[in-house]
Amino acid sequence: MVALPSRHRSLFLLTGVVLLQVLLLAIQIRKIDPKDESRSRLIRVWTVTAISPAERGGAWGVGRIRNIWRHYFALSDTARENEDLRRENGQLKLEVMQLQSKSSEADRLAALLNFKQTQGKVPMVVARVIGASADANSAVIYLDQGQREGIRRNMGVITPEGVVGKVIESFRDTSQVLLITDRDCGVGAMIADSRVHSPVAGLGEPLLDMKYVGNDDEAKVGDRVVTSGQDRIFPKDLPVGIITQVKPGSQYKQIRVRPSASIGKLEEVIVLLTTDPLQFKHDAPPTTIPAAAPTSGAPSASALPPSKPAEKLP
Amino acid sequence: MNDAFDLRIGESHIEVHKFHGGTILISVVFALVLQAFLPVYIPKAGILDLPLLITIYFGLSRRNPSTGLLLGTFIGLLQDSLSKTPLGLFGISKTIIGYLASSIGARLDTEHPLARFALTAAFFALHQGIVVLVQKLLLAESQPWFTTNLAIACLVNSILAVFLYFLLDRLRKT
Repeated sequence: MVALPSRHRSLFLLTGVVLLQVLLLAIQIRKIDPKDESRSRLIRVWTVTAISPAERGGAWGVGRIRNIWRHYFALSDTARENEDLRRENGQLKLEVMQLQSKSSEADRLAALLNFKQTQGKVPMVVARVIGASADANSAVIYLDQGQREGIRRNMGVITPEGVVGKVIESFRDTSQVLLITDRDCGVGAMIADSRVHSPVAGLGEPLLDMKYVGNDDEAKVGDRVVTSGQDRIFPKDLPVGIITQVKPGSQYKQIRVRPSASIGKLEEVIVLLTTDPLQFKHDAPPTTIPAAAPTSGAPSASALPPSKPAEKLP
Repeated sequence: MNDAFDLRIGESHIEVHKFHGGTILISVVFALVLQAFLPVYIPKAGILDLPLLITIYFGLSRRNPSTGLLLGTFIGLLQDSLSKTPLGLFGISKTIIGYLASSIGARLDTEHPLARFALTAAFFALHQGIVVLVQKLLLAESQPWFTTNLAIACLVNSILAVFLYFLLDRLRKT
Protein backbone atom coordinates (compact mmCIF):
# COMPACT_ATOMS: atom_id res chain seq x y z
CA MET A 1 0.00 0.00 0.00
CA VAL A 2 1.32 3.46 -0.89
CA ALA A 3 2.05 5.56 2.19
CA LEU A 4 0.92 9.18 1.99
CA PRO A 5 3.39 11.89 2.99
CA SER A 6 2.22 13.34 6.31
CA ARG A 7 1.92 16.85 4.87
CA HIS A 8 -0.57 15.55 2.30
CA ARG A 9 -2.57 13.52 4.77
CA SER A 10 -4.47 16.52 6.12
CA LEU A 11 -5.19 17.70 2.58
CA PHE A 12 -6.77 14.34 1.77
CA LEU A 13 -8.72 14.51 5.01
CA LEU A 14 -9.93 18.02 4.11
CA THR A 15 -11.06 16.85 0.67
CA GLY A 16 -12.84 13.85 2.16
CA VAL A 17 -14.64 15.81 4.87
CA VAL A 18 -15.74 18.55 2.45
CA LEU A 19 -16.98 15.96 -0.07
CA LEU A 20 -18.94 14.17 2.65
CA GLN A 21 -20.64 17.42 3.59
CA VAL A 22 -21.40 18.19 -0.06
CA LEU A 23 -23.08 14.77 -0.20
CA LEU A 24 -24.97 15.60 3.00
CA LEU A 25 -26.20 18.82 1.39
CA ALA A 26 -27.18 16.94 -1.77
CA ILE A 27 -29.19 14.40 0.24
CA GLN A 28 -31.10 17.19 1.95
CA ILE A 29 -31.79 19.03 -1.31
CA ARG A 30 -32.87 15.81 -3.05
CA LYS A 31 -35.72 15.34 -0.61
CA ILE A 32 -39.03 15.73 -2.37
CA ASP A 33 -41.33 14.95 0.51
CA PRO A 34 -40.91 17.74 3.08
CA LYS A 35 -42.23 15.46 5.82
CA ASP A 36 -39.31 13.07 5.37
CA GLU A 37 -36.68 14.87 7.39
CA SER A 38 -35.46 12.03 9.54
CA ARG A 39 -31.93 12.05 8.09
CA SER A 40 -31.13 15.66 8.88
CA ARG A 41 -33.52 16.01 11.80
CA LEU A 42 -31.67 13.71 14.18
CA ILE A 43 -28.58 15.89 14.58
CA ARG A 44 -30.80 18.96 14.95
CA VAL A 45 -32.77 17.25 17.73
CA TRP A 46 -29.54 16.35 19.54
CA THR A 47 -28.09 19.83 19.24
CA VAL A 48 -31.28 21.65 20.20
CA THR A 49 -31.78 19.26 23.12
CA ALA A 50 -28.23 19.92 24.29
CA ILE A 51 -28.28 23.69 23.83
CA SER A 52 -31.84 24.60 24.82
CA PRO A 53 -31.41 23.89 28.58
CA ALA A 54 -28.57 26.43 28.63
CA GLU A 55 -30.70 28.92 26.71
CA ARG A 56 -33.65 28.22 28.99
CA GLY A 57 -31.40 28.74 32.01
CA GLY A 58 -30.04 31.95 30.54
CA ALA A 59 -33.52 33.26 29.79
CA TRP A 60 -34.60 32.33 33.30
CA GLY A 61 -31.53 34.07 34.78
CA VAL A 62 -32.05 37.21 32.74
CA GLY A 63 -35.73 37.19 33.68
CA ARG A 64 -34.90 36.82 37.37
CA ILE A 65 -32.34 39.62 37.32
CA ARG A 66 -34.75 41.85 35.45
CA ASN A 67 -37.57 41.04 37.85
CA ILE A 68 -35.39 41.73 40.89
CA TRP A 69 -34.37 45.05 39.40
CA ARG A 70 -37.91 46.04 38.48
CA HIS A 71 -39.54 44.88 41.67
CA TYR A 72 -37.00 45.84 44.30
CA PHE A 73 -34.92 48.66 42.90
CA ALA A 74 -37.19 50.41 40.44
CA LEU A 75 -40.50 51.37 42.03
CA SER A 76 -41.63 47.94 43.14
CA ASP A 77 -45.41 48.48 43.17
CA THR A 78 -45.58 50.57 40.03
CA ALA A 79 -43.51 48.10 38.06
CA ARG A 80 -45.67 45.15 39.07
CA GLU A 81 -48.89 47.01 38.40
CA ASN A 82 -47.53 48.19 35.08
CA GLU A 83 -46.65 44.64 34.12
CA ASP A 84 -50.16 43.40 34.98
CA LEU A 85 -51.74 46.23 33.03
CA ARG A 86 -49.49 45.56 30.05
CA ARG A 87 -50.45 41.88 30.07
CA GLU A 88 -54.13 42.74 30.37
CA ASN A 89 -53.76 45.35 27.66
CA GLY A 90 -52.21 42.76 25.36
CA GLN A 91 -55.08 40.35 25.96
CA LEU A 92 -57.66 43.10 25.42
CA LYS A 93 -55.95 44.19 22.20
CA LEU A 94 -56.14 40.66 20.94
CA GLU A 95 -59.81 40.36 21.88
CA VAL A 96 -60.64 43.71 20.28
CA MET A 97 -58.75 42.66 17.19
CA GLN A 98 -60.73 39.43 16.93
CA LEU A 99 -64.04 41.19 17.62
CA GLN A 100 -63.30 43.86 15.04
CA SER A 101 -62.36 41.18 12.57
CA LYS A 102 -65.55 39.22 13.17
CA SER A 103 -67.72 42.32 13.14
CA SER A 104 -66.30 43.75 9.94
CA GLU A 105 -66.46 40.38 8.25
CA ALA A 106 -70.07 39.95 9.25
CA ASP A 107 -70.91 43.38 7.86
CA ARG A 108 -68.79 43.42 4.75
CA LEU A 109 -68.01 39.95 3.48
CA ALA A 110 -71.25 38.26 4.47
CA ALA A 111 -73.12 40.82 2.41
CA LEU A 112 -70.73 41.00 -0.53
CA LEU A 113 -69.41 37.48 -0.79
CA ASN A 114 -72.17 35.37 0.77
CA PHE A 115 -69.91 34.46 3.61
CA LYS A 116 -71.39 33.55 6.94
CA GLN A 117 -69.65 33.76 10.22
CA THR A 118 -66.24 32.37 9.41
CA GLN A 119 -64.13 31.96 12.40
CA GLY A 120 -64.40 30.49 15.85
CA LYS A 121 -62.08 31.21 18.71
CA VAL A 122 -58.59 30.08 17.80
CA PRO A 123 -56.80 27.97 20.46
CA MET A 124 -53.42 29.45 21.36
CA VAL A 125 -50.50 29.11 23.76
CA VAL A 126 -48.16 31.74 25.14
CA ALA A 127 -44.43 30.95 24.78
CA ARG A 128 -41.24 32.66 25.85
CA VAL A 129 -38.42 33.37 23.38
CA ILE A 130 -35.31 31.57 24.64
CA GLY A 131 -32.93 31.76 21.71
CA ALA A 132 -32.17 33.00 18.23
CA SER A 133 -30.55 31.54 15.15
CA ALA A 134 -26.85 30.73 15.29
CA ASP A 135 -26.70 32.05 11.74
CA ALA A 136 -26.69 35.84 11.37
CA ASN A 137 -28.29 35.59 7.91
CA SER A 138 -31.48 33.86 9.01
CA ALA A 139 -34.23 35.28 11.20
CA VAL A 140 -35.13 32.39 13.45
CA ILE A 141 -36.07 32.24 17.14
CA TYR A 142 -36.54 29.39 19.60
CA LEU A 143 -39.53 29.14 21.96
CA ASP A 144 -39.72 27.35 25.30
CA GLN A 145 -42.84 25.38 24.30
CA GLY A 146 -42.97 22.47 21.89
CA GLN A 147 -44.86 19.34 20.94
CA ARG A 148 -45.99 18.73 24.52
CA GLU A 149 -48.05 21.93 24.33
CA GLY A 150 -49.48 20.93 20.97
CA ILE A 151 -47.18 23.06 18.81
CA ARG A 152 -46.64 21.66 15.31
CA ARG A 153 -44.98 22.78 12.09
CA ASN A 154 -46.61 25.60 10.10
CA MET A 155 -48.52 27.02 13.03
CA GLY A 156 -48.78 30.79 13.09
CA VAL A 157 -46.94 32.87 15.68
CA ILE A 158 -48.19 36.33 16.64
CA THR A 159 -48.04 39.00 19.32
CA PRO A 160 -50.94 41.30 20.22
CA GLU A 161 -49.32 43.82 17.87
CA GLY A 162 -49.30 41.57 14.82
CA VAL A 163 -47.86 38.65 12.89
CA VAL A 164 -44.43 37.35 13.95
CA GLY A 165 -43.79 34.24 11.83
CA LYS A 166 -44.50 30.55 11.63
CA VAL A 167 -43.25 27.39 13.32
CA ILE A 168 -40.80 25.54 11.06
CA GLU A 169 -39.69 22.84 13.50
CA SER A 170 -41.21 21.50 16.66
CA PHE A 171 -39.31 19.50 19.27
CA ARG A 172 -40.51 18.02 22.59
CA ASP A 173 -40.14 21.18 24.70
CA THR A 174 -38.82 23.64 22.16
CA SER A 175 -39.89 24.96 18.80
CA GLN A 176 -38.16 26.88 16.02
CA VAL A 177 -39.95 29.86 14.47
CA LEU A 178 -39.13 31.48 11.14
CA LEU A 179 -39.72 35.23 11.47
CA ILE A 180 -41.56 37.13 8.74
CA THR A 181 -38.43 39.20 8.14
CA ASP A 182 -36.54 36.13 6.91
CA ARG A 183 -36.11 35.96 3.15
CA ASP A 184 -37.67 32.47 3.09
CA CYS A 185 -40.84 33.50 4.91
CA GLY A 186 -44.09 34.63 3.34
CA VAL A 187 -47.56 35.53 4.61
CA GLY A 188 -50.83 35.75 2.70
CA ALA A 189 -51.82 39.39 3.07
CA MET A 190 -53.91 42.23 1.73
CA ILE A 191 -54.14 45.99 2.07
CA ALA A 192 -56.79 46.66 4.72
CA ASP A 193 -58.61 49.53 2.99
CA SER A 194 -58.43 48.60 -0.69
CA ARG A 195 -58.60 44.79 -0.03
CA VAL A 196 -55.88 44.27 -2.67
CA HIS A 197 -54.40 40.79 -2.08
CA SER A 198 -50.69 40.06 -2.30
CA PRO A 199 -48.26 37.89 -0.34
CA VAL A 200 -45.82 39.72 1.91
CA ALA A 201 -42.32 38.28 2.11
CA GLY A 202 -39.23 38.90 4.19
CA LEU A 203 -36.08 40.41 2.72
CA GLY A 204 -33.57 39.54 5.42
CA GLU A 205 -33.83 43.11 6.72
CA PRO A 206 -36.27 44.96 9.03
CA LEU A 207 -38.74 45.85 6.25
CA LEU A 208 -40.97 43.42 4.32
CA ASP A 209 -41.72 43.25 0.61
CA MET A 210 -45.29 43.26 -0.74
CA LYS A 211 -44.69 41.53 -4.01
CA TYR A 212 -47.59 41.48 -6.40
CA VAL A 213 -49.60 44.69 -6.19
CA GLY A 214 -50.24 45.84 -9.74
CA ASN A 215 -49.35 49.36 -10.83
CA ASP A 216 -53.07 50.10 -11.26
CA ASP A 217 -54.00 48.88 -7.77
CA GLU A 218 -54.48 51.29 -4.94
CA ALA A 219 -51.68 51.38 -2.36
CA LYS A 220 -50.24 54.32 -0.53
CA VAL A 221 -47.81 55.03 2.28
CA GLY A 222 -49.50 54.60 5.66
CA ASP A 223 -51.96 51.92 4.50
CA ARG A 224 -52.39 49.03 6.90
CA VAL A 225 -51.51 45.54 5.68
CA VAL A 226 -53.40 42.64 7.27
CA THR A 227 -53.46 38.88 6.81
CA SER A 228 -55.73 37.63 4.06
CA GLY A 229 -56.36 34.25 5.66
CA GLN A 230 -55.56 32.50 2.40
CA ASP A 231 -52.39 30.88 3.69
CA ARG A 232 -54.39 28.70 6.14
CA ILE A 233 -51.95 29.64 8.90
CA PHE A 234 -53.12 33.04 10.13
CA PRO A 235 -56.72 34.10 10.72
CA LYS A 236 -57.94 36.94 8.58
CA ASP A 237 -57.34 40.60 9.44
CA LEU A 238 -54.39 40.20 11.81
CA PRO A 239 -52.08 43.20 11.43
CA VAL A 240 -48.97 42.47 9.36
CA GLY A 241 -47.57 45.99 9.04
CA ILE A 242 -47.78 49.50 7.65
CA ILE A 243 -46.75 50.48 4.13
CA THR A 244 -43.73 52.78 4.35
CA GLN A 245 -42.68 53.01 0.71
CA VAL A 246 -44.47 52.70 -2.64
CA LYS A 247 -42.66 52.95 -5.97
CA PRO A 248 -43.97 52.10 -9.44
CA GLY A 249 -42.34 49.02 -10.99
CA SER A 250 -42.36 47.45 -14.43
CA GLN A 251 -45.45 45.35 -13.72
CA TYR A 252 -45.97 45.49 -9.98
CA LYS A 253 -45.44 48.25 -7.47
CA GLN A 254 -42.39 48.04 -5.25
CA ILE A 255 -43.88 48.20 -1.76
CA ARG A 256 -42.05 48.06 1.54
CA VAL A 257 -43.93 47.24 4.74
CA ARG A 258 -42.81 47.88 8.31
CA PRO A 259 -43.92 44.94 10.52
CA SER A 260 -46.49 45.78 13.19
CA ALA A 261 -44.86 43.39 15.69
CA SER A 262 -41.56 44.46 17.24
CA ILE A 263 -39.60 41.67 15.59
CA GLY A 264 -36.29 42.76 17.12
CA LYS A 265 -37.61 42.85 20.69
CA LEU A 266 -39.60 39.66 21.03
CA GLU A 267 -39.71 38.11 24.48
CA GLU A 268 -43.11 36.43 24.60
CA VAL A 269 -45.25 35.36 21.69
CA ILE A 270 -48.54 33.58 21.03
CA VAL A 271 -48.64 30.39 18.98
CA LEU A 272 -51.93 29.71 17.19
CA LEU A 273 -52.55 26.04 17.89
CA THR A 274 -54.02 25.14 14.56
CA THR A 275 -52.83 24.96 11.01
CA ASP A 276 -56.35 25.37 9.68
CA PRO A 277 -57.83 28.37 11.44
CA LEU A 278 -60.20 29.51 8.72
CA GLN A 279 -63.39 27.54 8.38
CA PHE A 280 -65.44 29.26 5.74
CA LYS A 281 -68.98 28.17 5.14
CA HIS A 282 -69.59 28.92 1.50
CA ASP A 283 -73.13 29.59 0.40
CA ALA A 284 -71.86 29.98 -3.13
CA PRO A 285 -69.17 27.98 -4.95
CA PRO A 286 -65.65 29.26 -4.23
CA THR A 287 -65.16 30.25 -7.85
CA THR A 288 -67.74 32.98 -7.48
CA ILE A 289 -65.83 34.70 -4.70
CA PRO A 290 -63.84 37.55 -6.18
CA ALA A 291 -61.96 38.35 -2.99
CA ALA A 292 -60.25 34.98 -3.06
CA ALA A 293 -58.85 35.59 -6.51
CA PRO A 294 -55.65 37.52 -7.16
CA THR A 295 -56.09 41.10 -8.24
CA SER A 296 -55.33 42.59 -11.62
CA GLY A 297 -53.09 39.94 -13.03
CA ALA A 298 -51.19 39.32 -9.84
CA PRO A 299 -50.05 35.72 -9.54
CA SER A 300 -52.09 33.62 -7.15
CA ALA A 301 -50.58 32.58 -3.86
CA SER A 302 -50.44 29.01 -5.05
CA ALA A 303 -48.05 30.11 -7.80
CA LEU A 304 -45.35 30.72 -5.23
CA PRO A 305 -42.53 28.24 -4.71
CA PRO A 306 -43.49 25.08 -2.81
CA SER A 307 -41.03 25.97 -0.05
CA LYS A 308 -43.53 28.56 1.11
CA PRO A 309 -46.48 26.67 2.53
CA ALA A 310 -47.77 29.96 3.95
CA GLU A 311 -49.02 30.81 0.50
CA LYS A 312 -51.21 27.80 -0.17
CA LEU A 313 -54.74 28.65 -1.08
CA PRO A 314 -57.52 26.94 0.81
CA MET B 1 4.34 14.63 27.65
CA ASN B 2 5.35 18.20 27.00
CA ASP B 3 2.70 20.85 27.40
CA ALA B 4 4.23 22.94 24.61
CA PHE B 5 6.87 22.30 22.03
CA ASP B 6 8.54 24.05 19.11
CA LEU B 7 8.09 23.38 15.43
CA ARG B 8 11.21 24.46 13.59
CA ILE B 9 10.47 25.61 10.08
CA GLY B 10 13.56 27.21 8.61
CA GLU B 11 14.83 29.57 11.23
CA SER B 12 11.48 30.31 12.88
CA HIS B 13 10.26 28.85 16.17
CA ILE B 14 6.50 28.19 16.20
CA GLU B 15 5.06 27.10 19.51
CA VAL B 16 2.17 24.63 19.61
CA HIS B 17 -0.15 25.44 22.50
CA LYS B 18 -2.09 22.99 24.58
CA PHE B 19 -5.13 23.62 26.71
CA HIS B 20 -6.55 22.22 29.91
CA GLY B 21 -8.88 19.25 29.45
CA GLY B 22 -12.35 20.17 28.19
CA THR B 23 -11.36 23.76 27.37
CA ILE B 24 -12.06 23.42 23.66
CA LEU B 25 -15.41 21.64 24.13
CA ILE B 26 -16.59 24.11 26.76
CA SER B 27 -15.50 27.07 24.62
CA VAL B 28 -17.38 25.68 21.62
CA VAL B 29 -20.59 25.05 23.57
CA PHE B 30 -20.33 28.44 25.29
CA ALA B 31 -19.83 30.19 21.94
CA LEU B 32 -22.85 28.42 20.41
CA VAL B 33 -25.08 29.16 23.40
CA LEU B 34 -24.05 32.82 23.40
CA GLN B 35 -24.52 33.00 19.63
CA ALA B 36 -28.08 31.75 19.99
CA PHE B 37 -28.87 33.58 23.22
CA LEU B 38 -27.42 37.09 22.91
CA PRO B 39 -29.49 38.31 19.92
CA VAL B 40 -32.70 37.74 21.88
CA TYR B 41 -31.76 40.52 24.27
CA ILE B 42 -29.28 42.48 22.12
CA PRO B 43 -30.47 42.25 18.50
CA LYS B 44 -27.28 43.91 17.20
CA ALA B 45 -25.28 40.96 18.57
CA GLY B 46 -26.56 39.00 15.59
CA ILE B 47 -23.62 40.24 13.53
CA LEU B 48 -21.17 38.35 15.75
CA ASP B 49 -19.93 34.95 14.60
CA LEU B 50 -18.51 33.51 17.80
CA PRO B 51 -18.27 29.92 16.45
CA LEU B 52 -16.06 31.22 13.63
CA LEU B 53 -13.80 33.09 16.07
CA ILE B 54 -13.45 29.92 18.16
CA THR B 55 -12.60 27.89 15.05
CA ILE B 56 -9.93 30.39 14.02
CA TYR B 57 -8.43 30.70 17.49
CA PHE B 58 -8.02 26.99 18.16
CA GLY B 59 -6.83 26.45 14.60
CA LEU B 60 -4.13 29.07 14.99
CA SER B 61 -3.14 27.81 18.43
CA ARG B 62 -3.14 24.07 17.87
CA ARG B 63 -1.43 24.34 14.48
CA ASN B 64 -2.44 20.87 13.37
CA PRO B 65 -4.40 20.98 10.08
CA SER B 66 -6.17 17.66 10.69
CA THR B 67 -7.52 18.58 14.14
CA GLY B 68 -8.19 22.13 12.92
CA LEU B 69 -10.40 20.99 10.07
CA LEU B 70 -12.20 18.40 12.19
CA LEU B 71 -12.90 21.00 14.87
CA GLY B 72 -14.19 23.33 12.14
CA THR B 73 -16.47 20.57 10.85
CA PHE B 74 -17.82 19.88 14.33
CA ILE B 75 -18.51 23.55 15.09
CA GLY B 76 -19.97 24.21 11.64
CA LEU B 77 -22.38 21.28 11.79
CA LEU B 78 -23.54 22.29 15.28
CA GLN B 79 -24.10 25.83 14.03
CA ASP B 80 -26.05 24.46 11.05
CA SER B 81 -28.24 22.42 13.32
CA LEU B 82 -29.07 25.51 15.40
CA SER B 83 -29.99 27.44 12.25
CA LYS B 84 -32.48 26.79 9.50
CA THR B 85 -29.68 26.23 6.99
CA PRO B 86 -29.17 22.74 5.53
CA LEU B 87 -26.58 20.71 7.42
CA GLY B 88 -23.21 21.21 5.78
CA LEU B 89 -23.40 24.87 4.75
CA PHE B 90 -21.45 26.20 7.71
CA GLY B 91 -19.83 22.79 8.10
CA ILE B 92 -17.99 23.11 4.78
CA SER B 93 -16.97 26.73 5.31
CA LYS B 94 -15.70 26.18 8.85
CA THR B 95 -13.89 22.97 7.82
CA ILE B 96 -11.90 24.96 5.28
CA ILE B 97 -11.31 27.84 7.70
CA GLY B 98 -10.16 25.40 10.41
CA TYR B 99 -7.73 23.79 7.96
CA LEU B 100 -6.34 27.11 6.70
CA ALA B 101 -6.05 28.61 10.20
CA SER B 102 -4.09 25.58 11.39
CA SER B 103 -1.88 25.58 8.32
CA ILE B 104 -1.12 29.30 8.61
CA GLY B 105 -0.67 28.99 12.38
CA ALA B 106 2.05 26.41 11.74
CA ARG B 107 3.98 28.80 9.53
CA LEU B 108 3.49 32.25 11.03
CA ASP B 109 3.66 33.82 14.43
CA THR B 110 0.05 34.69 15.17
CA GLU B 111 0.41 36.00 18.70
CA HIS B 112 0.59 39.71 17.90
CA PRO B 113 -2.78 41.51 18.20
CA LEU B 114 -2.37 43.17 14.79
CA ALA B 115 -1.63 39.85 13.13
CA ARG B 116 -4.67 38.34 14.83
CA PHE B 117 -6.87 41.25 13.74
CA ALA B 118 -5.74 40.96 10.11
CA LEU B 119 -6.02 37.17 10.03
CA THR B 120 -9.51 37.19 11.57
CA ALA B 121 -10.68 39.82 9.06
CA ALA B 122 -9.26 37.75 6.19
CA PHE B 123 -10.79 34.52 7.50
CA PHE B 124 -14.16 36.22 8.08
CA ALA B 125 -14.24 37.47 4.49
CA LEU B 126 -13.13 34.06 3.18
CA HIS B 127 -15.74 32.29 5.34
CA GLN B 128 -18.48 34.54 3.97
CA GLY B 129 -17.19 33.94 0.45
CA ILE B 130 -17.35 30.16 0.90
CA VAL B 131 -20.86 30.35 2.39
CA VAL B 132 -22.11 32.43 -0.55
CA LEU B 133 -20.34 30.17 -3.05
CA VAL B 134 -21.92 27.04 -1.55
CA GLN B 135 -25.32 28.76 -1.49
CA LYS B 136 -25.01 29.76 -5.13
CA LEU B 137 -23.51 26.53 -6.48
CA LEU B 138 -25.11 23.85 -4.36
CA LEU B 139 -28.31 25.40 -3.05
CA ALA B 140 -29.17 27.67 -6.02
CA GLU B 141 -29.81 30.59 -3.66
CA SER B 142 -28.85 34.09 -4.67
CA GLN B 143 -26.86 35.85 -1.99
CA PRO B 144 -24.84 39.07 -2.28
CA TRP B 145 -21.05 38.70 -2.17
CA PHE B 146 -20.63 41.97 -0.35
CA THR B 147 -22.86 44.31 1.68
CA THR B 148 -22.10 47.18 4.01
CA ASN B 149 -23.43 45.11 6.90
CA LEU B 150 -20.92 42.37 6.10
CA ALA B 151 -18.07 44.88 6.10
CA ILE B 152 -19.20 46.17 9.49
CA ALA B 153 -19.59 42.61 10.79
CA CYS B 154 -16.06 41.80 9.56
CA LEU B 155 -14.62 44.80 11.40
CA VAL B 156 -16.58 44.17 14.62
CA ASN B 157 -15.71 40.47 14.69
CA SER B 158 -12.02 41.20 14.07
CA ILE B 159 -11.88 43.73 16.90
CA LEU B 160 -13.74 41.37 19.24
CA ALA B 161 -11.37 38.58 18.22
CA VAL B 162 -8.33 40.45 19.55
CA PHE B 163 -9.88 40.66 23.02
CA LEU B 164 -11.45 37.20 22.92
CA TYR B 165 -8.15 35.57 21.90
CA PHE B 166 -6.43 37.40 24.73
CA LEU B 167 -8.93 35.89 27.19
CA LEU B 168 -8.60 32.44 25.63
CA ASP B 169 -4.79 32.70 25.92
CA ARG B 170 -5.34 32.57 29.70
CA LEU B 171 -6.73 29.04 29.31
CA ARG B 172 -3.51 27.70 27.83
CA LYS B 173 -1.35 25.31 29.78
CA THR B 174 1.74 27.17 30.95
